[in-house]
Amino acid sequence: MSNPSPVSDSRQWPLYEVFVRARGGLDHKHVGSLHAADARMAIDHARDLYTRRQEGISIWVVPSKDITASDPKESDSLFEPARDKIYRHPTFYDIPDEVKTL
Amino acid sequence: MSDLFRYVLRLGDLSLVLGQRLGEWVGHAPALEEDLGLANVALDLVGQARLLLSYAGEVEGRGRSEDDIAYLREHREYLNATLAEQPNGDFGQTIVRQVLIDAFQLELYERMTASTDERLAAIAAKSAKETRYHLRYSAGWLKRLGDGTEESHARVQSALEKLWPYTVELFAEDELDRSMADQGVAPRLSDVHAAWSAHIDGILAEATLERPVDRPHSWHGKRGQHSEHLGYLLAEMQYLQRTYPGARW
Repeated sequence: MSNPSPVSDSRQWPLYEVFVRARGGLDHKHVGSLHAADARMAIDHARDLYTRRQEGISIWVVPSKDITASDPKESDSLFEPARDKIYRHPTFYDIPDEVKTL
Repeated sequence: MSDLFRYVLRLGDLSLVLGQRLGEWVGHAPALEEDLGLANVALDLVGQARLLLSYAGEVEGRGRSEDDIAYLREHREYLNATLAEQPNGDFGQTIVRQVLIDAFQLELYERMTASTDERLAAIAAKSAKETRYHLRYSAGWLKRLGDGTEESHARVQSALEKLWPYTVELFAEDELDRSMADQGVAPRLSDVHAAWSAHIDGILAEATLERPVDRPHSWHGKRGQHSEHLGYLLAEMQYLQRTYPGARW
């Protein structure tokens, strides 16, 4: 697409990102990507590639080209400022022993 | 040999031989994703064959295991319909063969869940779920190829003409089929045929493919009279067990 490498081929199927929900109540997690001619085929491929060992009960596929990513060159301005603001982490509370899962 | 034994072999051998055929695609499919897709279907089919051949061994009562039955029979003892052993050809031909058999197995298994034989009913229930996906996969591809480019359309139409005659055998009811249906072990093949036919017509219409006409057939894989292709397939499949008897890993 934007990267005209010699091996890229217009006949190559587009890339899809795959998200799988492992169990009810959990959210869909990104598990990888695959090539498919369209969304329906991407679901079939995802089923065969990523859920063959009972990893999931639901699949989302998204065309990779539709994902907008943050620019690694902007990492400093985007993420650095959070580093010295440790008060945003709720680590200053004493957690009662009775609370098991937090 | 009891009727039930022979009938279960027909079912098991169909899955085993077709699974072995699909396995030939591993490492050769047009895309990595299809490689895995075909292998997945192949493994489901081999899994069905394991359940069925184990059961056949129990019915026979001579202490033969699933492996003994799968790997140590001669080709005339295989009772799969001849369609299953037909060569893969190109990807389109493999897909055509798959659609024809998937639809057959689906209509058969769905009805067999009501079998008077509890074991077969349970195997059918499990297999019907798998087969529903197999058909989703194969029919999905047939529609893409049939309604695709001029070349893909021509290729799958020609594969359909080539393989269609073998479908007649799937539904040709003989004494064994009749006896199993009379006992309620298996569904009537005429019912399976009617459902299969309607199912296939729908798929072919979407794939813009023309249904070939039925013609008389001269092969009888269901009775152990196979095409020349089965021998080669078995030679490859049985090689390891025959060279190293009892080999395990």
